[in-house]
Amino acid sequence: MQPPEDHPHVPGPSLWPVGFAVGAVVLMVGIIISWWVAGLGAVIALAFAFLWVRDLTAGTELTHAPDVEPERAADGPAAPGPAATSASVTEERFPRSKFLELSTLGLGGVIGGIVTAPAVGFMIAPAFLKQGSKDHDIGPLTDYPEGKYVVATFMSDPAQGEVSRRTAYVRYNGPLNGLPSFTVISNHCAHLGCPVQPNGPLEESQKKQIRDVTLIPTVSIAGFGCPCHGGQYDTEGNRTSGPPVRALDRYSFSIRNGHLFLGHPFSVSHVDGTGAGAKIHKWTLAFPGEPVSGLESWLYPIQPPH
Amino acid sequence: MATQKLTPKEQVQEAILYPIDWLEERSGLVGGIKYFLFRRVPGDINWFQTLGSATLTAFIVQALTGSILAMYYKPDPQNAYSSIQHITNDVFAGWLVRGMHRWGASVFIILMFMHMGRVFLFGAYKYPRELNWIIGVLLLTMGLAEGFTGYLLPWDQTAYWATVVGINLNGTAPFLGPFISQFLQGGTYIDDGTIARFYAIHMLMIPGAIIALIVLHLYLVIRLGVTSPPWSKEAAGTGSMLKPSRNGRRGLTRPGPRRKG
Repeated sequence: MQPPEDHPHVPGPSLWPVGFAVGAVVLMVGIIISWWVAGLGAVIALAFAFLWVRDLTAGTELTHAPDVEPERAADGPAAPGPAATSASVTEERFPRSKFLELSTLGLGGVIGGIVTAPAVGFMIAPAFLKQGSKDHDIGPLTDYPEGKYVVATFMSDPAQGEVSRRTAYVRYNGPLNGLPSFTVISNHCAHLGCPVQPNGPLEESQKKQIRDVTLIPTVSIAGFGCPCHGGQYDTEGNRTSGPPVRALDRYSFSIRNGHLFLGHPFSVSHVDGTGAGAKIHKWTLAFPGEPVSGLESWLYPIQPPH
Repeated sequence: MATQKLTPKEQVQEAILYPIDWLEERSGLVGGIKYFLFRRVPGDINWFQTLGSATLTAFIVQALTGSILAMYYKPDPQNAYSSIQHITNDVFAGWLVRGMHRWGASVFIILMFMHMGRVFLFGAYKYPRELNWIIGVLLLTMGLAEGFTGYLLPWDQTAYWATVVGINLNGTAPFLGPFISQFLQGGTYIDDGTIARFYAIHMLMIPGAIIALIVLHLYLVIRLGVTSPPWSKEAAGTGSMLKPSRNGRRGLTRPGPRRKG
């Protein structure tokens, strides 16, 4: 018996795995954002996988000269290739046990992948597919007095019940260029998503209930504050103090048949001016705690569809 | 059958030993359990070295009480809170089992940290036990994840808003944060599916991982033995504990090509 060799049998250095990894990442991101990107990722991954495998198998006896006599004299393999393949070149002309071993592993891997892929997709995909929201009717325009915030709560999906209840602070700003102007602020704190409260009293006596929508006018409020970690905002939703990283999110809105409809929410970095003349710096909806402008926003380059 | 008549005492012994011998002959389990329980340990170990077993016991209590609570709990937004009320107020000893699970969760976490502190202060994380420290850290992470996912299940105001904050904290991780948030919520907001998702993670996925890691953790404890306290008079590392096994590998090396003869 010869003592086992002491040299590490590692493949030579190769950059292809890096390219393969990049391709795999592009593929997975592509599955979420667009099939074109996924296709591109698949092509990159396949190309680099081919190069990588070619690199690994280059110089091994098995791929290039399966019929050569086994090297008896040499203590180690001549070329720095994987030990597994050089070990398979033994007295046996056809390394059948090796073939069976590899095909068992390969087939097992394929079967495992076929079983696992749909299960993992089932776990992950529903969180990202078919997101977005329908428009919600939150009552006639006459329920919104000029210059006052109204606390409007509604169910974004009445089939789900109370768990889907959302709150918006709605203020009628008077007409702008002949059309009604509204400020519709979401109550999700831009710090970590707690519900911000109006800093001022509510007129509970004037509460209105229409289907799943409740409307409570405020008297006059000095802004919004978050009960969790003390973030404060002014009446336009700009952060004035505390930990929030941006202004409060807003809802897009539309008016149909004299009713106000809330659409998709969007994020706001800050608002210049007030009321109907305000200039809103608008961004795609981001999760709480993520800056949407400035250097720090580079940490969150891709938002999932929502 | 027997030429010699057995005394009553011997008959009783025979009756007890027979099934044990039967099991041992067919499985080797008795020897295995003896090997596990009656290992040689340093003579000067002390009570601090029972913290690991205490943590294991706390986990077993959590697993058992959790399984029983699952028989009465309903993981959906309409019924979760009322099913918890039902468990606490109506089900026989429900308050006790829920209390054990609720307080046992804190006990489990506290014991994990105390065990970790003992290992750190005794230097028991050093060669050759580094891997067991790493597995322990994974176990700690899993335990904290259990705490996070379990906190939502009572579905009261504290549970809901603590989870909102926790999910959004995860969301502020660079690059992948928004995706982690959306994965945890199962959508853009906490909704119908979130509570069932947390329930599945809390009672199926993470406990499975914890059990697998505990098995590895214990395997390494048995393989590497228990450390002496730092004040031990015995010189460390004199035993044959680290004798490499015959086909063991050193570092990155592996055996060369197999040859005949």
